[in-house]
Amino acid sequence: MHFDLTDEQRALSDMVARFLAQEYAFEARKKILRSTEGWSRDTWAKMAEMGLLGLQVPEEQGGMAPAVVETLLTMGALGKALVVEPYLSSAVMGTALIRHLASDSQKREWLPAMAAGELIAVPAHGEAGARHELSRVSTSAVRKGAGWVLSGRKAVVLHAPAAGLLLVTARTSGPDDAEEGISVFAVPAGTSGVELVAYPTIDGQRAADVILDGVEVPAASLVGPEGGAFPVLSATFDLGVAALCAEAVGVLQTTLDATLEYTRTRKQFGVPIARFQALQHRMADMLIHVEQARSMSYLAAMHAISGDVRERRRSVSAAKVTIGNACRFVGQQAVQLHGGMGVTDEMAVSHAFKRLLAIELSLGDTEHHLERFIMESK
Amino acid sequence: MDLTFSPEEQAFRDEVRAFLTTSLPPAMRHRVLEGLLVPAADTIAWQRILHRKGWGGPNWPVEFGGTGWDPVRQFIFEEECAAAGTPRLLPFGLKMVGPVIQAFGNAAQKARFLPRILSAEDWWCQGYSEPGSGSDLASLRTEAVREGDHYVVNGQKTWITLAQHADWIFCLVRTDKAAKAQAGISFLLVDMHSPGVTVRPIVMLDGGVEVNEVWFEDVKVPVENRVGEENKGWTYAKFLLGHERANIAGIGGSKRELARLTRIASLERKNGRPLSEDPLFAARLAQVEIDLIALEITNLRVLSAEAEKRTPGPEASLLKIKGTEIQQALTELMVQAVGPYALPFRIGALEDGFQGPPVGPDYAAPLAATYCNMRKASIYGGSNEIQKNIITQMILAL
Ligand SMILES: Cc1cc2nc3c(=O)[nH]c(=O)nc-3n(C[C@H](O)[C@H](O)[C@H](O)COP(=O)(O)OP(=O)(O)OC[C@H]3O[C@@H](n4cnc5c(N)ncnc54)[C@H](O)[C@@H]3O)c2cc1C
Repeated sequence: MHFDLTDEQRALSDMVARFLAQEYAFEARKKILRSTEGWSRDTWAKMAEMGLLGLQVPEEQGGMAPAVVETLLTMGALGKALVVEPYLSSAVMGTALIRHLASDSQKREWLPAMAAGELIAVPAHGEAGARHELSRVSTSAVRKGAGWVLSGRKAVVLHAPAAGLLLVTARTSGPDDAEEGISVFAVPAGTSGVELVAYPTIDGQRAADVILDGVEVPAASLVGPEGGAFPVLSATFDLGVAALCAEAVGVLQTTLDATLEYTRTRKQFGVPIARFQALQHRMADMLIHVEQARSMSYLAAMHAISGDVRERRRSVSAAKVTIGNACRFVGQQAVQLHGGMGVTDEMAVSHAFKRLLAIELSLGDTEHHLERFIMESK
Repeated sequence: MDLTFSPEEQAFRDEVRAFLTTSLPPAMRHRVLEGLLVPAADTIAWQRILHRKGWGGPNWPVEFGGTGWDPVRQFIFEEECAAAGTPRLLPFGLKMVGPVIQAFGNAAQKARFLPRILSAEDWWCQGYSEPGSGSDLASLRTEAVREGDHYVVNGQKTWITLAQHADWIFCLVRTDKAAKAQAGISFLLVDMHSPGVTVRPIVMLDGGVEVNEVWFEDVKVPVENRVGEENKGWTYAKFLLGHERANIAGIGGSKRELARLTRIASLERKNGRPLSEDPLFAARLAQVEIDLIALEITNLRVLSAEAEKRTPGPEASLLKIKGTEIQQALTELMVQAVGPYALPFRIGALEDGFQGPPVGPDYAAPLAATYCNMRKASIYGGSNEIQKNIITQMILAL
């Protein structure tokens, strides 16, 4: 067993970190958050230039897939800088979904454009009644002539406002919570009948509810087998969770570093507050959480694309549980140890705190993954 | 031992409840119960409604226009108010500077300031903390130099809650730089409208503005605005802390929030069933409820000791720690309860009457912001670490 990176992987990781240190400092990030779109096309273009948007694109379309380690290294670096661009939604999950489901001609149409940063495609999957349940889909797709009519509402679709293509899951058959009968449709932005209710999320990303009001799409917009998308959907979400865990470790590490730095400089009662043993023990506990999270992000990475589906689900869920708990503890304690400063918008730590909250709630919360771990262990 | 309220106390509770049913405006109540922003106008209007009823000073003695209620009645009153969804009474006048003026102020100060607190003509804020002096308050540096019949005040206070609305600020200032830290501090009442006072808002992590920096630049404060003796301010501040921490457990508010959480859990669905029937979630909800029951009894034990004229002591620290932990746990569970719909964050959606298109259930809109905001509860009013220091020193004598 070893945890070493190859030279190429290390070089990639250094390159991304250097790039973000230059381009994505706290103030620059704040400006991006305040902009109308809420993300930076310029940063996105540079990420494309560095090849980061092609990590999940197959070689035939000019990418590097599966490149799991590289993807997770990138996510870790993005986490450290609290990057808000649609990397996870489009460059990881959207891309992987297309790679596994789409026909050759669809791949040729979309993937090179995605690798080049010209097309953003995000899964539009969650629904109001589904909570974190992946197979609960009530949005419907009904045949009409040669095409389909889509109706329903997709909830909290991350980066939908930025997307040129929505990868909408819809039910073509079966009851609302069945794994069979789920299909994926590629719906271009601006298609008639598609309405976006856009908003920022608590951690400063952009999202929307997507309302599909009798949206007519051609037969060619079906991506993958009719009614048979669930296995790939589930694999894609597990890859997404692994990537999110890697991002979390980046956020957790900067959060711990910022807290150490702050408590070493902040003086009360004539000494740096890091001298107080109560706080030292707290930071020791934070470190333990971060290291446990890091270990589990490796486990998730190892099994993220494993053919053993049960083992994949078990490992990914175990990782998400560990990371969810770490996000909660480290985030809360970091704010606490900053005192009043911790609850202001001025400090990077409060932004990290909100990202950690969002990570905890995204792609299945801690309880969801605890339950899935139990199910898959039976 | 008797863990129930006496018949008289029960009758009092009924009286309060009846009054609240008829006198609390529904719009105000709605904002509080739904966790929406409560405008300053509500705070003022509610204080005035109570004042007209003669209940403007629920924790004040009769001689100063208060109700003269004992601690148990005060507790019942606050609990009923919280349950009904009244705006929170401003603590800065009623629970902080008011009792200090009553105990240490002169006759002129009592006559001038106390009635205007009851009638909500003056909005007070608390000026203790400074950038360099948070937990270590006694290190404060804002100074007041005596020049004839007034002091000249220079310095900076920070984290001043709702100073943007304030007419007056009560401050701890240094009047003797040579004395030991606690010894050279005085307690001054400063008119916020005086020349040289500047208020700058601090944006919080949820985007809201509730705390401010307050700067003093050569601000002239008449000597008659000093409470008590010069350089004895620390004694008054410590007296005040005892009052600030009475009811610090926030039992009534937490009960109300528990009810809101229970309602949300019954409306949310998990695997096609109500979330409230989910064993994992139900267990977590029950645990908070049990913690709250325990804390209520602990709180009542402290109150009855107080009623027997044993002064409130360091056990207030226990109430503060456990009370804020429960408040925070409730906000966490509410966020968890609504799942992905906790994520959308639309500032306007926290205001009553928001007209934007709905996103998720209405009750979900403020929850993540409230969760973030409530991290403050374990920081202000003496952080929970400082409270533990008090427990270890004063109760455990370690
Ligand atoms: C929302 C909000 C409202 C507030 N309103 C007011 C107000 O109206 N008026 C006012 O005067 N002040 C107000 N405050 C200020 C509040 O009282 C201070 O924030 C608090 O005392 C902590 O001080 P600090 O922020 O400087 O943190 P610090 O004192 O720097 O503390 C940082 C961390 O170190 C810990 N720490 C410090 N000393 C010790 C120790 N000896 N042992 C162990 N741990 C320690 C703290 O617990 C904390 O976790 C408010 C604060 C907030 C957040």
